[in-house]
Amino acid sequence: MNPIPMEHGLVLAGILFMLGLISVLIRRNIIFMLVSVEIMLNAAGLAFIVAGARWAQPEGQVMFIFIITMAAAEVSVGLALILQLYHQLKTLDSDAANQMHG
Amino acid sequence: MEDLLWSIPALTFAGAVLLILLGARISRTAVAIIGVGSVGLTALITIILGINFISAHPTPPYYRQEVGQWFDVAGFNPSIAFHLDALSLVFIFVITFVGFLIHLYSTAYMAPDEGFARFFAYLNLFVGSMLVLVLADNLLLLYLGWEGVGLCSYLLIGFWYTEPANGYAARKAFITTRVGDTALAIGLFMLFQNFGTLHIQTIATEAPQLWGVGTQTAVIIAFLLLGGAVGKSGQLPLQTWLPDAMAGPTPVSALIHAATMVTAGVYLIARMHVIFDLAPAAQLTVAIIGAVTLLLAGCSALTQSDLKRVLAYSTISQIGYMFLALGVGAWSAGIFHFMIHAFFKALLFLSAGAIIISLHHEQNMFKMGGLRKLMPVVFWTFLIGSASLAALPLITAGFYSKDQILWYSLAGERGSFWLYLAGLFGAFITGVYTFRMVFITFYGEPKTQLSHPPGKVITIPLVILAVLSLVGGFIELPHNFGHVTIFSDFLTSTLPAITINENLGNLEWLFQVLAVMVSSSGVYLAYLFFLKRPALQNILDQSGLVRSILQFWYSGWGFDKLYDLVLVRPFVYLATINKNDVIDKIYTAIAALARTFNRGLTQTQSGILRWYMMGIVVGALLIITLSLLP
Repeated sequence: MNPIPMEHGLVLAGILFMLGLISVLIRRNIIFMLVSVEIMLNAAGLAFIVAGARWAQPEGQVMFIFIITMAAAEVSVGLALILQLYHQLKTLDSDAANQMHG
Repeated sequence: MEDLLWSIPALTFAGAVLLILLGARISRTAVAIIGVGSVGLTALITIILGINFISAHPTPPYYRQEVGQWFDVAGFNPSIAFHLDALSLVFIFVITFVGFLIHLYSTAYMAPDEGFARFFAYLNLFVGSMLVLVLADNLLLLYLGWEGVGLCSYLLIGFWYTEPANGYAARKAFITTRVGDTALAIGLFMLFQNFGTLHIQTIATEAPQLWGVGTQTAVIIAFLLLGGAVGKSGQLPLQTWLPDAMAGPTPVSALIHAATMVTAGVYLIARMHVIFDLAPAAQLTVAIIGAVTLLLAGCSALTQSDLKRVLAYSTISQIGYMFLALGVGAWSAGIFHFMIHAFFKALLFLSAGAIIISLHHEQNMFKMGGLRKLMPVVFWTFLIGSASLAALPLITAGFYSKDQILWYSLAGERGSFWLYLAGLFGAFITGVYTFRMVFITFYGEPKTQLSHPPGKVITIPLVILAVLSLVGGFIELPHNFGHVTIFSDFLTSTLPAITINENLGNLEWLFQVLAVMVSSSGVYLAYLFFLKRPALQNILDQSGLVRSILQFWYSGWGFDKLYDLVLVRPFVYLATINKNDVIDKIYTAIAALARTFNRGLTQTQSGILRWYMMGIVVGALLIITLSLLP
């Protein structure tokens, strides 16, 4: 079977990243924004895996493990912040948190 | 013995510091003890040191003591060192001794004043600064004393600061002398540029090797030094501050005019005589300034009605004599006149002060009159001081010092007939205005009631100074008359002796007799006009021309008006136009711009998360685009 060309993987990663980015920008619900960030992280991870497979180097997978770890930490902190935000404002609308501007 | 040198300025400064710190808390007696005691102790040390110095004949002919170093930057390492030679010894003797008498006198004169402690603190600081100036080993330390004296004169002239006019006089003195000080500072910079040091002795030995006579740099530096001297000594064209300086208490006037401040210029020129020797043009200018000043100030003194202002103009005139002497190269004669002048001018000021307080602070001579019987001690001392000022022959010290200057201004190598003529005419005017003052004040009908006669503390300094004004001249007698040269011999270790024009050598007695006749006729004229036949004054007054000339002289030859028109008015005009500082606009604009940016950027801190994200994205896109561009 023919190997999948690298460009396909990268284009997929690019599309995923752009989708994530756009939804971060347009979503108001803060949980969706968090999810979108996760999508962007996954897109970056995918690009690493593709590159690692292309050059047959292990660093791509190592980086992906890093990204997953970081994402886990980010989600735990992010969820804690979201809980606090909801507790304080009774809403998940990120624009409602604009009193924090300084 | 020379280890004591540092204590001379240090003691007076210690007195000043003590008075500043404790003055408000201790009794007046304690203030007087600290203030007078510190200067008295200094005078005592000076006399001991002086006797030691004269008897030891040190080689090289000076004592030097290094106390410390200011700093050491790129080879410039001025030391704090004191230098005592014949010249500075004469000066510190006059400063401490006359200063002590003035201090003593002040304890009585200022007794009822609120600022008693403040007064003595300033006075001590003044004497200390002057001592630093005179004892300084290098020009930087000299400049420190120089500026210290300027500051103290400002503080003391404006001592009664509640009166706006006094503050104005103080500022005028400060700013006018500052003009000269700036010239002096530039001169010091140039000296440093040429020699790499400000050490006076080094400059004195190296200057003749570096420059020939009349070298341009030397002439420029000499003129700049002269500028400083002219400012401090109240000579033309910076003399206008001195008559107004009479706003201060009378002892201050005595101190400024006799022992400190105005003699600083004379000292500076004598101290830097090597530079002036190399710059004949500048030295000639010194003589001309002296000659012109002594005439102008003498004429102004003729017309004043305020007792102290007569004395102020007389000081300007007498300092003019000193400049004349320095200018013709008669260094020791100039210093001799400085010393004698210090005695009789301090005496005159202090006597005037005694009159003024006894008459409820009345300074107008025409409201005094007939004081001869009421205040006999003051009358006699004032008369002795006046006789010395007018150089009455044989008995007064002023005769010997002034005669020397007149003789050298004619017969000295650099003398000329015109300088002599100016000096001679000045002597005539001196006789007239001095005895005009005496006759108006002490003779005739009493016009004001005496409040209380002066006490012992006031009369004792007067008597001491009167004795000195009489016998002080006997240490230096003319060649054809005793030929005593203690003073000039003493100074030859520091200052070069004058060479006499041989052609005139045997005519000295002729010119002496001439000088005596001229000054005596001045006195006679005053006698005629103001005592014997006062009607003569009315005849003069009827002529409009004479009256306008007298008015012109009264206003100090219109210098104040001239400066007001040429300098003050344009300056005030420019300042008014530029009230909202043009340069300031630039800085205001910069501040406004920064504030605008700040306002714009604060808008972006909206707190809306998606805006921030957008910012990051746009920024990232920009960076990527820029990095992809070739």
